[in-house]
Amino acid sequence: MSKLIINRRSLLKTGGAASVALATPYFFTRGALAQSDMYLNAPKGDTVTLGFNVPQTGPYADEGADELDAYKLAVEHLNGEGDGGCLNTFSSKVLKGNGILGKKVAYVTGDTQTKSDAARASAKSMIEKDGAIMITGGSSSGVAVAVQGLCQEAGVIFMAALTHSNDTTGKDKKANGFRHFFNAYMSGAALAPVLKNAYGSDRRAYHLTADYTWGWTQQESIQAATEAIGWETVNNVLTPLASTDFSSYIAPVLNSGADVLVLNHYGGNMVNSLTQAVQFGLRDKQVNGKQFEIIVPLYSELMAKGAGENIKGVYGSMNWNWTLQDEGTKAFVKSFGEKYGRPPSNAAQTAYAQTLLYADAAERAGTFNPCGIVEALEGYDFDGLGNGPTHYRAADHQCFKDVLVVKGKDAPSNQYDTLEVVEVTPRSQVEYEPDHPMFAGGDLGTCNPGA
Amino acid sequence: MDAIIIQILNGLDKGSAYALIALGLTLIFGTLGVVNFAHGALFMIGAFCAVTLQRILTLSTVTIDETQKDFLGNPLKVETPYVVNWFGDSAGNSIIDWSVPLAIILAIPVMLFIGYAMERGLIKHFYKRPHADQILVTFGLAIVIQEIVKLFFGANPIPTPAPDMFAGSLDFGVMLGFDPNAIIYPYWRLIYFAFAAIIIGAVFAFLQFTTFGMVVRAGMADRETVGLLGIDIDKRFTVMFGIAAAVAGLAGGMYTPINPPNYHMGMDFLVLSFVVVVVGGMGSLPGAVLAGFLLGILESFASTTWATTTVPGINQIVIYLVAIIVLLTRPRGLMGRKGVMED
Repeated sequence: MSKLIINRRSLLKTGGAASVALATPYFFTRGALAQSDMYLNAPKGDTVTLGFNVPQTGPYADEGADELDAYKLAVEHLNGEGDGGCLNTFSSKVLKGNGILGKKVAYVTGDTQTKSDAARASAKSMIEKDGAIMITGGSSSGVAVAVQGLCQEAGVIFMAALTHSNDTTGKDKKANGFRHFFNAYMSGAALAPVLKNAYGSDRRAYHLTADYTWGWTQQESIQAATEAIGWETVNNVLTPLASTDFSSYIAPVLNSGADVLVLNHYGGNMVNSLTQAVQFGLRDKQVNGKQFEIIVPLYSELMAKGAGENIKGVYGSMNWNWTLQDEGTKAFVKSFGEKYGRPPSNAAQTAYAQTLLYADAAERAGTFNPCGIVEALEGYDFDGLGNGPTHYRAADHQCFKDVLVVKGKDAPSNQYDTLEVVEVTPRSQVEYEPDHPMFAGGDLGTCNPGA
Repeated sequence: MDAIIIQILNGLDKGSAYALIALGLTLIFGTLGVVNFAHGALFMIGAFCAVTLQRILTLSTVTIDETQKDFLGNPLKVETPYVVNWFGDSAGNSIIDWSVPLAIILAIPVMLFIGYAMERGLIKHFYKRPHADQILVTFGLAIVIQEIVKLFFGANPIPTPAPDMFAGSLDFGVMLGFDPNAIIYPYWRLIYFAFAAIIIGAVFAFLQFTTFGMVVRAGMADRETVGLLGIDIDKRFTVMFGIAAAVAGLAGGMYTPINPPNYHMGMDFLVLSFVVVVVGGMGSLPGAVLAGFLLGILESFASTTWATTTVPGINQIVIYLVAIIVLLTRPRGLMGRKGVMED
C-alpha cells in the first residue's frame, strides 16, 4: 500500500502549478479549446457538410424553396463558383471562394414540414447520419425554437433563418443559436412612429392574433409600441393556427369601436385574414370619424403575392427588401436573379447571410468547433450583406441592424413589385436591453461542442 | 341582436361549403357505399379549375419595353394578355375579371370527367373491400392529387378575386334598422350562399323529378331489386359519382374569392364535412344539407369572443362535440334512416 507523503516542497510545487493554471486568463485557454478537434462532427476529409433544414412540404414549402435556393447559392459562392455574390461586398475579407478553412462545402437538406417534431427529426438525422456541422433554416418560430434546442443539446451551431418571435433570442435563446432576422419587438419599434405619422395618435386597435409563440410575442410587441404612441387596444382575439375562415373574427370588428385592425398572422393565415377583411369592406368604412385601416406587422414577399391587390396601402415591416440600393443587396439580387429568374425574398436573404456569416466565423476562428464559432460571432460587427452595418450581440445572439417599414404598393409595375419601402428605421431605434421584459426568462448558457 | 345576425350570416356561407361537400359525400356513400376521403381533393381541384382558367385568360404576348427596366436592370418584358389584344382593353380585362364565374363552365365537364375516371379507374375495385380499405385508398389518392397540384401551382395561396362589381360588402344593419356598420356582409358570400342553394336545389330536383334520379333513388333504397329489374344501376351510380365530383368542384371553384386557394384547402374541409355527414345521417341527402348549415352556424357562434373567453378553445371542438352527442344519442344522425350505422 502506497503512502501519501506531503512535505513542504511538494505542497509548494503542486499548489503553485495549480495556482498558475487557475490564474491563466480564460482568453488564453479558450482559443486552444476552440481549435481542439474535440467537437461533434469535426470534418475529417476535404469537405465540410452543412444541414439546410427548411419546409419542403406543407404550407410554407414555397418559402422553404426560396430559402433553399439561397443556401445553394451561398454554397456556390463559398466554393468559388458563380459571381461570388456578397463575398465581394462583405466587410470581412477572409472568405476567398475556396470553401471553408480549405474544405469544399457540401450540404444535406431536411424537410421541417413546418412541424416542430418533423424539424427536430430531420435536424437530428442530418447531425447524426450526415455529419452536419451546422444546421440552418426556418419559416416558423415554433420550429426554430425546437431545432435550436436540439442543436444546443447535440452540440452543433444553429443559424436561424426566418424566425420573428421574441422568444427565439429571448426566453428560448441558446448559446449555440444565432439569429440574423429581426424580431417582433423591432417590428413594433419601427412601425409605431410611421403609424403615428400616417394615422395619428388617437386610434383604437383591434388585434387578431395567431395562437402560438410568434403570434403572442408579436401582438405583445405591437400593442406596447402602439400604446406608447397613444393608441388604445380595444381587443385581442386569438385565432387557431389552422383557421382558414376568419369571417367570425372579422365581422365583429367594425362594431367594436376600433378603427384599426392589426393582423398578427403570417403565411396562409395572413393571406386569408387580410383578403377576408378587405372583402368585408373594412377599408372602405369610416369609424370614429376616421378611415378604417389594416396593419400587417410582418410582411413577406410571398404573402404579398398571395394576398394580391388586398395589400395596397397596408403597412408592415420587413427584415430586408430586394429593392434596397446598397452594394450588398445589389450583389445578392443580381446573383440570385440571374440564377433563378426572380428577386429573392427576405427569407432567402437571411438564409444566404447566415450561411456566409457561419463560414466567415469559422475562417476567423480557424476551426469548426462550435465554441470557436460562438466566440467569433459574439459581438461581431459587419457590413455588406444587404442590411447595412450590423452587430451580433453577445448577450443574446440577436443581430441588430436597420429595420424596414414597408407598404403594399398602389400601382405595382410588375409581379414582384408588390411592396415599397417607406422608411428605413435606424438600428438605434429598434435596440433594447438584453433583460427587456419581453425577452426575459431565458438563459443563454454556454456553448456545447458536443464531444 | 346584431351580433347574432352577423354570426348566422357567417355560418351560412361556411355552411354552404360544408353542405355542398357533404351532399357529394352522401351521394357517393348512398349510391356506391364508398367512404370517399378524396372528396376534399375534388373540392380543391374545382378551385384550381378557377385558377387554371385565370391563367389561361391571362396568357400573354411579351413585348420588350426599352424605356422600363426589370429588377435586374434589363429592359422590361411587358406582358399583354391575348384576350386584351383580341377584344380590346375594356372587354378583355372584363373577361379576365370574370374568370371565377366563368370557371363554372370549365369546372363542370372537368369534374364530371375526373369523377368518372376516379370511379372507373380506382374506386370500383374497392366496392367489396372493407370501409377501412376504401378510406385508405381514397385518402392516399387525395394526397397524390394534392402533391400533383402543388407541383404545378406551388404551395402558396393564389389570389383569385371575384369580379370587381362584387367587391365590397352589403350593410345589412341599415336595412334592418341597426346602426351603419353593425351588420356587414360581403357580396360574394351572399352570391356563394345563393349559388349553393341553387346547386342543392338542382341536385334534389334531378333526383326527384327525373327518371334517372328516380332509378338512382330506387337503387339507393334497394340496389339488388333494381338490378334484378334489368337496370344497369352501376352505370347510373358512376354518373352520380361524376355529379358528386362536379358539385364538390363547383363548391371549390366559387369559394376561391373567399379564400385564395392552395393545394391543401380540400383537407381543411374534408374532416369537417365527414362530421357533417355523420351528424346529418349517413346516406341522407337532406340530413347532409341541414347538418352542413347547422354546424356552419354553430361554428360561427363558437368563434365569437364571448364564446372563446367563456370556454377557451370551444371554436375548435364544437363540431366534434356535437358529433359525439349525436352519435351517443342518435347514432343514425339527425335525418338518417333507421338501422343505418346503428348496428
